[in-house]
Amino acid sequence: MVGKSEPIPSEAIAVHPKAGQIQLGLVALALVAALFAPQFLYPIFVMKLLAFALFASAFNLLLGYTGLLSFGHATFFGGAAYFTAHAVKVWGWPPEAGILLGVAGAALLGLVMGAIAIRRQGIYFAMITLALSQMFFFFCIQASFTHGEDGIQSVPRGHLFGLIDLHEPMNMYYFVLAVFVIGLLIIWRFVNSPFGMILKSIRENEQRAISLGYSVARYKLGAFVMSAALAGLAGGLKALIFQFATLTDVTWQMSGEVILMTLLGGIGTLAGPIVGAGLVVTLQNYLATSDFPVTIITGLVFMTCVLLFRRGLVGEFFASKIGRRLGFRSGS
Amino acid sequence: MMMIFGIPLQALMGQLLVGLINGSFYALLSLGLAVIFGLLRVINFAHGAQYMLGAFTALLLLTVAGVNYWLALILAPLIVGLLAALVERTMLSRLYNLDPLYGLLFTFGLALAIEGTFRYFYGASGKPYAPPAQLSGAVNLGFMFLPIYRGWVVIASLAVCIAVWLLIEKTKLGAYLRAATENPVLVQAFGVNVPLLLTLTYALGAGLAAFAGVLAAPIYQVSPLMGSNLIIIVFAVVVVGGMGSILGAIVTGYLLGVVEGLTKVFYPEASNIVIFVIMAIVLILRPAGLFGKEA
Repeated sequence: MVGKSEPIPSEAIAVHPKAGQIQLGLVALALVAALFAPQFLYPIFVMKLLAFALFASAFNLLLGYTGLLSFGHATFFGGAAYFTAHAVKVWGWPPEAGILLGVAGAALLGLVMGAIAIRRQGIYFAMITLALSQMFFFFCIQASFTHGEDGIQSVPRGHLFGLIDLHEPMNMYYFVLAVFVIGLLIIWRFVNSPFGMILKSIRENEQRAISLGYSVARYKLGAFVMSAALAGLAGGLKALIFQFATLTDVTWQMSGEVILMTLLGGIGTLAGPIVGAGLVVTLQNYLATSDFPVTIITGLVFMTCVLLFRRGLVGEFFASKIGRRLGFRSGS
Repeated sequence: MMMIFGIPLQALMGQLLVGLINGSFYALLSLGLAVIFGLLRVINFAHGAQYMLGAFTALLLLTVAGVNYWLALILAPLIVGLLAALVERTMLSRLYNLDPLYGLLFTFGLALAIEGTFRYFYGASGKPYAPPAQLSGAVNLGFMFLPIYRGWVVIASLAVCIAVWLLIEKTKLGAYLRAATENPVLVQAFGVNVPLLLTLTYALGAGLAAFAGVLAAPIYQVSPLMGSNLIIIVFAVVVVGGMGSILGAIVTGYLLGVVEGLTKVFYPEASNIVIFVIMAIVLILRPAGLFGKEA
């Protein structure tokens, strides 16, 4: 099963006595870096990175911790972007309400797609989610509120809680960072809850989970909806960051992109999707100015990851001697 | 003018033909997918790219070497099949012991890389490929004009589908193939070269896709992305049919093509999504697919 912990070299390595503190220190370091990043980097770029990192983390919740490969997560990301953009622009909703609507809409789409897709497993699950999201793509082309090829443009960011002007780049940045951190905390809490433990048991051995009396289908659906809602959170954010929502975000290419981010960073690790998203977004940014198509590189990275390092960058680090000395473990 | 359900007969027949032609491609492609999946347990996401490669090979053979359509119809599947065999030997075969999802992800990457490369060198726009002189023109069937080439596509794809079915069900090679699907270790123990069988199967599947690509070249234009949207529809076809049976894949392909064509007549807005809707309904009513066995 994808995401199932790959065997780790057997020789024992003592975990460093201060491993917990070092881990905490690394997280704190990352947070400080995020706080000051817009001083050194273009804020829109960092915000885009955060939105995609949240999207990939939401996707990883499903693939890494439940073992379900969805090939249709663009539906939730792009769908929520449309909902948020429409609510904020046409109905004049405040940004926080717009994002919540995006989350709710994505959760609802997730409930429908999940209920159909969990009827099959493994490879079929992937194909079904892909087909259903393609159906949503065609719906978005024809529906009037999406404005077809034009998309919803010049979406106002509005005032957060009626007070903070989000058109101010720094205000927007710290709003995005706050939502990102909250999203990650939710994922972290979810993964380490009893619910998350049952999901992991389904990933490792579905038959045994069934025999232990767990209603596997309901847990899978729960994880699917949760993952969809969080992907929607990322999509809503993206609509406000770029102030538009377009068809690009609901294409199957977008679903492929989020798989790549997770695979490259490390399936089943909390940090992996963030690292993967960072690398992919940076690469796209770098290649945007040249006429060399990103898809060639994307494709080659995909093939390399699958053939040579299925643990992903963070996963390989966790499995290395240093990583294990620091007490890191993937898949848990 | 004759009318059926308030639709002119000519329009109905026209869309029925379009449906049959799309169905021919669905059938050829889902047949290839089913053959590959049956033995390799890999969902070949690169199938759309291999279809595109078939069309491009025919086009390049014509423009660079002056090879005509009929020869290209044989050469292009051979060339694409050979390339596929190379990929299978060097890379794909390393993934057999892993979860099948890795095969899907690998072939997805392969498809992106191939399509990206062709788009880089040939641009995204379509290039025309003229049908052979023998098959241009149309015949008057009384109720409609049938372009001869389109009739040929339906016949050729049907013939190839039946040939592949016979190959798998009635020949010794096919018997090995079916046996290896059931129990590869035992078949290997009987002295059959199973790894070679796997390579041949992948090449056969890719060759079928390339054959469909050459057939498609004169109807649709030859473009780097011609296969990428098609493959998703074919996935839905495969889910509806269930991958258990070769015949099921063929029948479902034609059936859904025709249904899609008829939807264009009666409710055009839904023609893009009708196959996906059918897939969802089939999954709710009969999760294993129309011809599939319960896993």
